[in-house]
Amino acid sequence: MNTQFWVVQAFNGVSYGALLFLIGSGLSLIFGVMRIVNLSHGSYFMLGGYVALSVIWTTGSWVLSIPVAALTIAAVGLVMERLFLRPEGRAKVVRDAVIAVGIALLIQLAVGRILPPLLPGAIGNFIQVTLVVIVFAIPIYFALRRVSAVAIEADMLRQVLMTVGFAFLFQQAALDIWGGNNFDIQPPSALTQSLVIGGIYLPLYRVFMIVTAAVIGLVLWLAMEKTRMGAAVRATVDDAQMARGVGIDTNRISMFIFALGAGMAALGGVIGGAFLGVYPGLDFEMLPLAFAVVIIGGMGSLGGAAIGALAVGLADNFGKALFPELAYFTLYAPMVLILAIKPTGLFGRD
Amino acid sequence: MSKQTIKIAAVVLCLVALAVIVPRGNSFVVLLVTRALAFAILAMSLDILLGFTGLASLGQAAYFGVAAYLTAILANRYGFGLHWDFWLMVPLGMLTGAALAAIFGLFAIRATGTYFLMITLALGQCVWGLAYRWNSMTGGDNGITMKGGRPQFGLDLTNDVTFFYLVFAFFAATLAALYVLVRSPFGKSLLGIRERELRMKILGYNVWLHKYVAFIIAGAFGGLSGVLWAHTNGIITPETVVLTTSVDALLMVVLGGAGTLVGAAIGSAIVFGLREFGSTLVPWWQYVLGAVYVLTILYLPMGLMGVPERLRQWRATQKKRTTKNLASVPS
Amino acid sequence: MTSILRKRLAPVLMGTALAAGLAMAAPAGAEELRIGYLAPLTGGLAQTGIDMRDGFQLYLDEHGGKLGGMDVKFIIEDEQGKGDVAVIKAKKLVLQDKVHMFIGGVLASTGYALAPVSTETKTMYIPSIPAADDLTQRQLKDFPYLIRTSWSSSQPHHPLGQWACDQGYKKITTIAADYAFGYEVVGGFQKTFEDCGGKIIQKIWPPLGTKDFGPFIPTIKADVDAVLSLMVGPMPAQFIKQMRGAGFKKPILGGGTSYDEFVLPFMGDEAIGDVSALHYSAALDTPKNIAFVKAYRAKFGKVPSYYSENNYTTAQWLDEALKKAGGKFPGPEELIKIMVSIKLDAVRGPVSFDDMRNPIQNIYIKKVEKKKMFGYEKDELWNTVIKTYPNVSQFWTYGKEKFLAQPVYNKDFPPCKFCE
Repeated sequence: MNTQFWVVQAFNGVSYGALLFLIGSGLSLIFGVMRIVNLSHGSYFMLGGYVALSVIWTTGSWVLSIPVAALTIAAVGLVMERLFLRPEGRAKVVRDAVIAVGIALLIQLAVGRILPPLLPGAIGNFIQVTLVVIVFAIPIYFALRRVSAVAIEADMLRQVLMTVGFAFLFQQAALDIWGGNNFDIQPPSALTQSLVIGGIYLPLYRVFMIVTAAVIGLVLWLAMEKTRMGAAVRATVDDAQMARGVGIDTNRISMFIFALGAGMAALGGVIGGAFLGVYPGLDFEMLPLAFAVVIIGGMGSLGGAAIGALAVGLADNFGKALFPELAYFTLYAPMVLILAIKPTGLFGRD
Repeated sequence: MSKQTIKIAAVVLCLVALAVIVPRGNSFVVLLVTRALAFAILAMSLDILLGFTGLASLGQAAYFGVAAYLTAILANRYGFGLHWDFWLMVPLGMLTGAALAAIFGLFAIRATGTYFLMITLALGQCVWGLAYRWNSMTGGDNGITMKGGRPQFGLDLTNDVTFFYLVFAFFAATLAALYVLVRSPFGKSLLGIRERELRMKILGYNVWLHKYVAFIIAGAFGGLSGVLWAHTNGIITPETVVLTTSVDALLMVVLGGAGTLVGAAIGSAIVFGLREFGSTLVPWWQYVLGAVYVLTILYLPMGLMGVPERLRQWRATQKKRTTKNLASVPS
Repeated sequence: MTSILRKRLAPVLMGTALAAGLAMAAPAGAEELRIGYLAPLTGGLAQTGIDMRDGFQLYLDEHGGKLGGMDVKFIIEDEQGKGDVAVIKAKKLVLQDKVHMFIGGVLASTGYALAPVSTETKTMYIPSIPAADDLTQRQLKDFPYLIRTSWSSSQPHHPLGQWACDQGYKKITTIAADYAFGYEVVGGFQKTFEDCGGKIIQKIWPPLGTKDFGPFIPTIKADVDAVLSLMVGPMPAQFIKQMRGAGFKKPILGGGTSYDEFVLPFMGDEAIGDVSALHYSAALDTPKNIAFVKAYRAKFGKVPSYYSENNYTTAQWLDEALKKAGGKFPGPEELIKIMVSIKLDAVRGPVSFDDMRNPIQNIYIKKVEKKKMFGYEKDELWNTVIKTYPNVSQFWTYGKEKFLAQPVYNKDFPPCKFCE
């Protein structure tokens, strides 16, 4: 194992860490601001890749697919946050309506297995489905309104399980929409070349991942440190109650951060799609890695996420190269040690 | 009769009914119920942590998985645990679970809330990583198929009905043991810790030690569940210790009602019913599973076991509302 | 009190109703053939399962839903890609649906988990995909009701090793997913390659599911003549891309699943020129295959993979056997006996059984090419057959006794004599 080996391995580890930063930093911010442990964060990563694929298939543009995927999934995150994690006022009504329609759709699927099509043609079928859904959705909606949902804002465990539920829903939906093939995202050919420096091949795409993560990290950092909004976010991370006390709209901040986090994960999914592929199961594969990043770096800290991502990228890379049989163990065991010494992670605050 | 006696009588009655009815069902039902019961032991062990101590662990599958792997490895390599020595395997599995929990507890118990959740997740992932990668020991992704079949010692456990009774007996015994535990002074102080940790500290309780012991006990029963699971399944793969197994166990507890023990078992029955019976009925069963998660969280704060309580509350508010309405009618 | 009792009893009553309902759903009529089919329809392997099901279904649809004149009740169960779920679903199929046989599973571990179920319940089991060598080799004696219509993992890779040697490659590094299937593929290749005079100088085992090959590619020795890869699922596309990106310019050979039609349509042009071996290629230029590809593609919108073909052929084999049995199910032993005697002209070419109930079949050495085929308009990646090894048995040319005397291929067998 010569210098070249170490250089290439370190480079690879850093580039993998760059990808992990994209998914981990959002998770970290969401936790910092809202104290939500979001187990559907891996789903955003996967869905980002799928949406990008759809954009590429229809428009042929990889460049376009990045913002579209990020914005679409940010919107998905926004809706999830507004309706299910932090519903207020009228959002609760909408939530109950959404759930009622969801249940009615499931009932319709079940009924559809027994009930023959009564109306002819595709339109007839559509009318029949709509009618069945409406017939079931209305009573369910009123029942739900009467039951009145529980406030889950203060209950960490309930939030966790809620996001797991969504992860399952997203998984099945992705399978139904995009099928189960192992897709791959092809970046523009300019990015598939390699730099050759001193006989060492450095794939440009990995360089691109590092640069992207660095730029995004820098922009986020500047936004956090230099803008009013950033200051408000930091204040919320430190002490949400106090922040509210001084007139910061923490509600709006959490909405914004959740959407941002989801969008970043989706961005990671697009960029990672050319590197890991896009396929069912990607969500639950990435999730523990994202958590490793956050746990090591400390929740709610951007710098922590960067350090955590680098640490995980390098540990994973060198672990696999040097101790293949213990590969995942070398990833998670240091994590446990860090937590045992400093439960809040390297840069986290209580 | 006190309310408590009635409750116990009702549970016993249900158990007897279960033992009588299930073997009469078709063999698939017997298998399903056996699986749900074996897993219910894990869910109940988690309830000791979540429902009675207030510790939400995301790594409970670790003890379960380690004991299951141990059972499979000992049986395949040394033929251990397939005859009378099955009765040695059971305490051995529990000891392993307890020992592992004793180690993990040293890391985890200090943390609280989310950080406890995180560190148990990390510990669980360590075990998963070993199961997945330590090929020479665990068979890696392929896992281990139990070659010797189920134990035979006078009783022939390869018979699904006999095996059901065995698992059922272990389940009932665990339920009884854990019930006694939570009613004991120790259990009472656990509840105290869940409700008012600081006060317990001031009162001079060693909170850390209480949590630690609860953690170890939960690990032991997780181990028991793992031993039975290995024989229920006949095959152990890293899926056994994957994150979603731990999450499923959590859901079961919350779905049934945390802090009720019986609730964990009901939750286990429902989730298994969905995953394994529901999936024979409809291809989109995962939507139902996801929906059960979301609906449970939103509309069943105390789980299914809490439904009567919730109904009572609801009726009370309704009554209040009607009386208020009546009162506001000008006379 | 009553309300508590009622609540506690409710689940039990529901359970009873359920049990009774299930008991009543007993099968009726003796003329129909009940086939239980186990395929993953959710989770990471879902598309594999769909390909499998579609292959079988296509044959049924083309033959009026009948096999050997019998009406087929085709009961599909989602095994979720998990061995233990497959076992419970198989038992459900046998005990509740009273199926005559069950077919399927994907993973080798699932095959190993299902085979004992067939023995225990005396029900015929066709592992139409699981390729673990020992199912039809050293462990076959434990599974009297098992017959495999697909392949054994090392079967196509014996000829591939020979072929690589014939190309003049002297030193090869293998890089394969670290699990039993990977060991058997690499083992088969290494055996024939080294018997012919080649040297495997390095074996690299990335974990199953690896997509970032960063840690592994730099360790490949510089003086190799070629690399043999064995990848599955989402791994192959990323592997090739990263290999070429890292500047590796020598030939890359692949085990069957590294380039089969399940992954090929989603690969980039980097894959062009790579060579792999399998018992099926969608680019086979035979009338039977062209018809199959066209029918399949028209119906399901994608090129059939070997998962599809193997199950189509399974249905065909059953059809012929049941015809010979006189249009009724003659019992598992008898049906297996009949099947073994049938030589089939299948989509993949002529197939017959050896006396260990694994097919003897053509193995195709295939090269990835970008071209138009069968009148389709677009340029696509196809696995062009460049050499056919006819009638290859799972024992290659070693003979059954000699072959079975060696242990099943694993991480340490054949030993890596030339590894430094």
